Amino acid sequence: MSVIDSDGLLEVRGLRTVFDTRAGRVCAVDGVDVSVRRGECLGVVGESGSGKSVTFASVMGLIKAPGHIDAGDICFDGQNLRQLSVKQMRAIRGRDIAMTMQDALTALNPALTVGEQLAEMMIAHDQSLPRNKRERRRLVEQKSVDILQLVGIPSAKSRLQQYPHEFSGGMRQRIMIAISLASHPRLLIADEPTTALDVTIQAQVLELISDLRAKLGMSVVLITHDLGVVSEHCDRVMVMYAGQVVEEGPTESVIRNPQHPYTRGLLGSIPRISKRGEPIQPIDGQVPDLIDLPAQCRFYSRCQQRSDACLKYIQMTTLSQDRKVRCVLAEETAHD
Amino acid sequence: MTTSFKPLRTGRPKFDPNSIFWRNMQTFANNRLALFCAFVVLLFVFISIFAPWIAPHDPNETDLFRRLQPPAWKDGGTWAHVLGCDALGRDILSRIIYGSRVSIFIGAAVILVATTIGTLAGLAAGYLRGWVDTVISRVVDILLAFPYLIFAIGLMAMMGPGLGNIILALAYKEWVIPCRVVRGETLATREQEYVEAARALGASDRHIMLKEILPNILSPVVVVSTIRMAHVIILEASLSFLGLGVQPPTASWGAMVADGRAFILESWWVSTFPGVAILLLVLAINVASQGLRDAFDPRFQQ
Amino acid sequence: MTESQSPLLSLDQLSKTYIGRRSLVERLMRVPPTNVQAVNQVSFDIRRGETLGLIGESGCGKSTLGRSILRLHEPSSGKVVYDGQDITGLNPQDMKTMRRRMQIIFQDPYASLNPRRSVVELVGLPLKLHGLAKNDAEVREKVAYIIERVGLKANQMDRYPHQFSGGQRQRIGIARALVSHPEFIVCDEPVSALDVSIQAQIIQLLQELKQEMGLTYLFISHDISVIGYLSDRVAVMYLGDLVELGPVESVLNNPRHPYTQSLMSAAPDVDQPGKRDRVQLTGDLPSPMNPPSGCKFHTRCPVAIDRCKTEVPVIESVGEGHQARCHRLGEQISVLNLSA
Repeated sequence: MSVIDSDGLLEVRGLRTVFDTRAGRVCAVDGVDVSVRRGECLGVVGESGSGKSVTFASVMGLIKAPGHIDAGDICFDGQNLRQLSVKQMRAIRGRDIAMTMQDALTALNPALTVGEQLAEMMIAHDQSLPRNKRERRRLVEQKSVDILQLVGIPSAKSRLQQYPHEFSGGMRQRIMIAISLASHPRLLIADEPTTALDVTIQAQVLELISDLRAKLGMSVVLITHDLGVVSEHCDRVMVMYAGQVVEEGPTESVIRNPQHPYTRGLLGSIPRISKRGEPIQPIDGQVPDLIDLPAQCRFYSRCQQRSDACLKYIQMTTLSQDRKVRCVLAEETAHD
Repeated sequence: MTTSFKPLRTGRPKFDPNSIFWRNMQTFANNRLALFCAFVVLLFVFISIFAPWIAPHDPNETDLFRRLQPPAWKDGGTWAHVLGCDALGRDILSRIIYGSRVSIFIGAAVILVATTIGTLAGLAAGYLRGWVDTVISRVVDILLAFPYLIFAIGLMAMMGPGLGNIILALAYKEWVIPCRVVRGETLATREQEYVEAARALGASDRHIMLKEILPNILSPVVVVSTIRMAHVIILEASLSFLGLGVQPPTASWGAMVADGRAFILESWWVSTFPGVAILLLVLAINVASQGLRDAFDPRFQQ
Repeated sequence: MTESQSPLLSLDQLSKTYIGRRSLVERLMRVPPTNVQAVNQVSFDIRRGETLGLIGESGCGKSTLGRSILRLHEPSSGKVVYDGQDITGLNPQDMKTMRRRMQIIFQDPYASLNPRRSVVELVGLPLKLHGLAKNDAEVREKVAYIIERVGLKANQMDRYPHQFSGGQRQRIGIARALVSHPEFIVCDEPVSALDVSIQAQIIQLLQELKQEMGLTYLFISHDISVIGYLSDRVAVMYLGDLVELGPVESVLNNPRHPYTQSLMSAAPDVDQPGKRDRVQLTGDLPSPMNPPSGCKFHTRCPVAIDRCKTEVPVIESVGEGHQARCHRLGEQISVLNLSA
């Protein structure tokens, strides 16, 4: 069960996160395995309700009532995060694993200057800072300027005194990245970092994340709904649907040769300029209600290739070393 | 399952336990204290409606032999007059029961008039903006600058006493409260896309204000109105206490408290029981309306 | 789409300026109001039966333009000629009649439906406002027909918006826009808030409805692949200015304005992840309250010259129905070649 990959930085096994609501138990994440290797960029793709954000909020220990982690192991650098105390978890969160949110304006504290927020982050996580207050302040300021320059904010020193609302959307996203990088995390989880941004700004921010990954040698998890973003920036990709991983593999292989009908449908749904005039192929229907799902393929109701064989719990099938898919059709070919 | 082309009246769907309204009602019902207070308020309303059947005596029947008769449990009291009698020998319990009619009727009438006027003015100011907003907002500011009670006393002095005049005197200023709430809510709601959608469909300003915006801002208005009702009841009692309210011999809690002032040391019951009635009703309305606010105002929800 | 046919809609120097509010003190001190020129003298035609794609980033004025055409925001100057009639001067009564013929589909399927009204009330509203149904029974019949056409079930018509998913709500919005049988629809980012698979369903639906009902679309989006997929012609806006306009093949295969070129290269593409010869625009969109002098794009333009800082370029023809607004059009410059 716990075969830990030697270059695995984050290993999640059988994660199950549930939310108890009035209407019943919502199983937002059901049996998800994730492995993030050192230095790689993993793309996590899925639509709303696929559980992609909940999976990584679980990793960060950010699930609040009425939700809780029901089962599974979360190992970060060989340490099981689920066994840690709240205090130990807090130390890891932010220092070793950092997360950026989709909406930078609401995620930053509007009442504190950018400099104050950066300093707070550094002082909380860096024990090596000098005790002497004046010396520490000087050092923190120097480091803050460095990090703002790193994320490409011009005239960094004067901008430290400014409040989040004084920055544009793209700049705020950079600041949030700067804050999450302040403690030199080994893993950056970027939750839809560019969804709220314009295309030209999106390109800048994604390029920045890629550059920083190379420079700082950290691993990045890029959560997004945009397959285009994944194909340009990620080494591997994990496609999620209704709380499960349905397909996983090296980006190029998954996009060029998708094995799961959902991945194929997702790729067919993207309007392309090159396919003007050809009809677009949407996936019919909608994501199933996650309450009391029967043990069957979750994509069953929308799948064009469904058969009675799909009406059982579907295992993840390993096609090749890196390539996995959760589909009956793949199970059959694998057995042949 | 209804077939699609069968002509049906534009009917509402049947009871939907997941609708926003019912979910809010459940939240409210879970607040035991507020539920209890709402029950107390309803009890007062019930008493005021059925006063002639509930009251043991005629509230205006005087009998000087019973002058300042103490409550039943004290020496000299009788169970026929449980809470004792006032200086004219009138039964205090009966007068409190009849007095609830005045308090509740005036409270409800003032709130109804004020909420109607305030809502319309607030809608017009918030939706039409421009000079309409400027005029209404300035009037509101000016009215807010007057102390409420002094304003009402002045108006009563000008108009003379009487039930209708009390309602007018209080509503004169009370409408600014719902007006400000409605204006603020309207300003936020008019920017919603569904309002723009209605305009794009060719809807008139009147339709947009009354049919699109109003239903969406109604719950804060209702909540504020119930909170204010307690306030109005106190004001009415204050006016009656000062002799500017309902004219004698009609029983009114404020006037009853005033009547007992002269004997407060030896016959405390004359003032105390109507005072307690005011306290109970106002407290119950306040707690119940806070419960309503917590349940219905999205800003107070978790 | 013959040339001889008169356009369904033509814009003539349409502008929209938002005048900032000043306090009494500011007015007494004669502080000039902070005006935002959201749309700046935009002129173009939309032909009957075509889809004109309007693309630009947030704050470029594309939504304001769409709303000014429908007079949801009153244009500050210029004309909107719809079917030969200038609608900017129409009185409210005539404008109401006109609204039956021109409709809008909104971006946010949550905000654009009044939460307190059932589907039949929402979709039936235009019928009632324009007297298109004699009684409630006829309203229900027509609503049933249109909501089935957009892919909902007739027996869902007494439900409320919160009982539907985002994609279904967008279908309700489409049904509402189409129930009065309009000719012209402003689609204001109708798929931007939806998931990819649902987005494709809605795009397909809009395409089918256009064929069936003979509609003309002004399709506003920030997504170049959506625009490229379903438009006949494309208009590109930057900070309130129309910077490029032309047939979709021509604009996308041979973009002439440096902004269009960078917009296209910035869009991530599933099929060509390796197109690294992209141009990256530096800096942010300038504030529309204080737009740059000369060509508004010069602060971010990789090929700007001194002339761009002072002189406002005019829109010129660069090919068959293809226009662009740039000083360096004659030089056949492409920002894409710069980084290569």
